[in-house]
Amino acid sequence: MNTSACNSASLFTESPLELDSGATLSPVNVGFETYGELNEDRSNAVLICHALTGDQYVASNHPITGKPGWWERIVGPGKLVDTNKYFVICSNVLGSCLGTTGPKEINPATEKPWGIDFPVITIRDMVKVQAALLDHLGVDTLFALIGGSMGGMQVLEWLTTFPERLHSAIALATAARHTAQNIALHEVGRQSVMADPNWNGGRYYETETKPDKGLSVARMTAHITYLSEDALTRKFGRNLQSRDAVTFGFDADFQVESYLRYQGSTFVDRFDANSYLYITRAMDYLDIAGRHDGRLADAFKNASHVRCCVISFSTDWLYPTAENKRIVHALNAAGVPVSFAEIESPHGHDAFLLEEPEMDQMIEGFISAAAKARGLSS
Amino acid sequence: MTALRKDLQLIADMIEPESRVLDVGCDDGALLDYLVNEKDIDGRGIEISQKGVNSCVAKGLFVVQGDADNDLHEYPDNTFDYVILSKALQAMHKPREVMLNLLRIGKRAIVTIPNFGQWRVRFSLLTRGRMPVTKALDKTWYNTSNIHFCTITDLFDLIEQENLKVAEFVPHMSDGTRLNMGRKRANWHADQALFLLEK
Repeated sequence: MNTSACNSASLFTESPLELDSGATLSPVNVGFETYGELNEDRSNAVLICHALTGDQYVASNHPITGKPGWWERIVGPGKLVDTNKYFVICSNVLGSCLGTTGPKEINPATEKPWGIDFPVITIRDMVKVQAALLDHLGVDTLFALIGGSMGGMQVLEWLTTFPERLHSAIALATAARHTAQNIALHEVGRQSVMADPNWNGGRYYETETKPDKGLSVARMTAHITYLSEDALTRKFGRNLQSRDAVTFGFDADFQVESYLRYQGSTFVDRFDANSYLYITRAMDYLDIAGRHDGRLADAFKNASHVRCCVISFSTDWLYPTAENKRIVHALNAAGVPVSFAEIESPHGHDAFLLEEPEMDQMIEGFISAAAKARGLSS
Repeated sequence: MTALRKDLQLIADMIEPESRVLDVGCDDGALLDYLVNEKDIDGRGIEISQKGVNSCVAKGLFVVQGDADNDLHEYPDNTFDYVILSKALQAMHKPREVMLNLLRIGKRAIVTIPNFGQWRVRFSLLTRGRMPVTKALDKTWYNTSNIHFCTITDLFDLIEQENLKVAEFVPHMSDGTRLNMGRKRANWHADQALFLLEK
């Protein structure tokens, strides 16, 4: 049984958070969970960065869905990221909707929800908030930083913005920039949210209705990108849903349709439509090399002391191996010690969330070697 | 620490302490691990198999999964003091390009090959009329990853053609026994050879 404390911190109360857009925010509230204990010399902290629609409940039950934490398979007592040994922190990212400042929270200037008056944020802005949370928790340096997908993007921003606070870092199924295809797919999601009449220019918080249809379609589209053709075929094929023949209509005749509809409809219960707009935008703006004259290696030039591990998955077409390898070559060129593998998996992008024994072995080997180097192993 | 395989020990003995080393096709990391722990090397590896990568990572080594044919060009010039290619040149699609890349990214390269010119190989082909299967070349022709066999003399030819320098030449047997002989006799007797190359 994992114990966790439902926590919230109010940060940037004295001096505001300066965002990449030029806007400022003060204060910034952060919802976070911690597991395990910080040791005496404060050397055993692990920060886990969640993906787009993830949250701080990495290893404890979700308060809305009641489901187990999204990475409970990996994080917990005696598990790969062992909460008996490490002090694990996971926070809800800036712009999200589970206790962290974002569009559904109150704008202190108007005393109404921000809606789309909320400033546009970046992945680096999220990381600055995480760093302030660590200050709040009395953690100077992280033993390990781990993230997949958008969480991996945060890992890369940490390596460029606060490398001195890192001992080791793991990035899974990620990219250092969003490609035209990535942006295009996100745009479909945003347009479907904004096309929902209930979106109401982002001011739906005061009304009875939310843009559930639009957000649900956005989630359905995105969900397809998290899987692979093989995974969909193996799971559903062209199987029909509760019927023997097609209906020659637009009901969910196929199992895959009803699966997607279910994914979409459950998502709207736990996520805010405007947060979806802001966070996808933050990912689209990601271009770490762009800030360094197109040379990604320059972004990592102060991280040569950080032990790194990058993992991609063979059927991930959202952040394919080539994008992950770009990161690896840049780290290598910057003199950062890095290990990399492409894990053979049929599961597409979502593989990093699922049971992948070879991924587990690699993470386990990496963490135990890093713990030894940090003087943490008994 | 368990003893290093004899042919790998020959390589290890050649490397100066505290240098930067890239082991291409580092397998389970036995050589890299020895170099890091016994010679204070800043070591990196490239390995194609997941099993090998996992084994290296568990040892605390830094290894990138990939293959030399496609990945070496990603490494910047003069990044390493030594680049090692141990018994893998014959499995490369472009052995010449790979060898030039080794000496582009490293100041020196250590290349070892199984010698296809050894008398046993020649004799086997002559008498049996079949592709030889020997201690050093232990796979049949259809399931071997070796596609570009060469002899010691062949490799000397390529090295000279590309104006590379052989700083050391160590013909030896699979059990690590060095053979003190010139290249012509070595080409007849040795089943393996090590070349320390410089630009």
